[in-house]
Amino acid sequence: MRLITHNMLSCNIKGVTNGYPLGIEASRLETKESELNPEFLRKIFPKLEWKALRDAAHSLGLNDLPEHVEPSMLEDADFLKNFHHALLEVHLEEGALICPETGRRFPVTKGVPNMLLNEDEV
Amino acid sequence: MKLKQLESYLGDVVQFANPKVELEQYPTGPHIASRMLFMAESSYGDIDGKVVADLGCGCGTLGIAALLLDAAQVVGVDVDGDALLLAHENCNELEVEMELIQASLTHLPWRGPIVDTVVMNPPFGTRCKGADMEFLAAALKVAGTAVYSLHKTSTRAHIKRVAVRDFGATSAEVLCELRYNLPASYKFHKQREVDIAVDLWRFTTS
Repeated sequence: MRLITHNMLSCNIKGVTNGYPLGIEASRLETKESELNPEFLRKIFPKLEWKALRDAAHSLGLNDLPEHVEPSMLEDADFLKNFHHALLEVHLEEGALICPETGRRFPVTKGVPNMLLNEDEV
Repeated sequence: MKLKQLESYLGDVVQFANPKVELEQYPTGPHIASRMLFMAESSYGDIDGKVVADLGCGCGTLGIAALLLDAAQVVGVDVDGDALLLAHENCNELEVEMELIQASLTHLPWRGPIVDTVVMNPPFGTRCKGADMEFLAAALKVAGTAVYSLHKTSTRAHIKRVAVRDFGATSAEVLCELRYNLPASYKFHKQREVDIAVDLWRFTTS
């Protein structure tokens, strides 16, 4: 699971109102290089929750993303490189996603988060 | 990539060995899958460079087809862990990277407008009534631009009405009618195989 996917997942246990963003507990990360596509990054940027991405990256030890992004930075090669790396190249292979409200853990196994809810959670 | 080439690649996708009847795990064959995705790209430009979600991805055929047609990212969602393992193996085999999530579409844990296009082959709702409409509701929530989906031709009027009136689709159009050839996958199938008429739909959400 990459951080682009983390950015669109939330906890939807019945009654939870602040299930986003999910915390990350990482026991194994993998980095897989992929081709940087500046056009795609510029297009996806306005659709992301930047703070969620930045905080998630931070919790994985990736400290190169700034708190605020100025439009001009989307033309900057270094920024795009760090953005691309955090969003698309780092994979959470083993660990868990944590609901910020209830602390419920959603396990991540072989890169796949299990978001299935128990009967008493729906 | 040419249509024939896409169809040939998809022929390498391994299908379910033990399909689960309650989930209506019928395979999406390479013939239908390649035509569906090829049309989405060549007629509407909804795949190349886009973020695509394959809901109820099963062994991953439609998502893999999207990646072969240069989707920027593909997310496959399925309730069944065994299906996701198979999807993962298929992706390795075809050397593509798909994000996989185990989740129920009834309680989809989703935020935001990141996905452009949804492609899916939902259950027809014959074993579990209403499953087809649940998929459609979820898809129209997730997709920023368009949803491509297969539904039985016999449900056409109902699908159109509900998609637009209840699920917020801005348009609903049948692109073509296909014959869905179902080999006898389950014990309750009496005939060796059966042809079902299905519609390929394109719904828009914006």
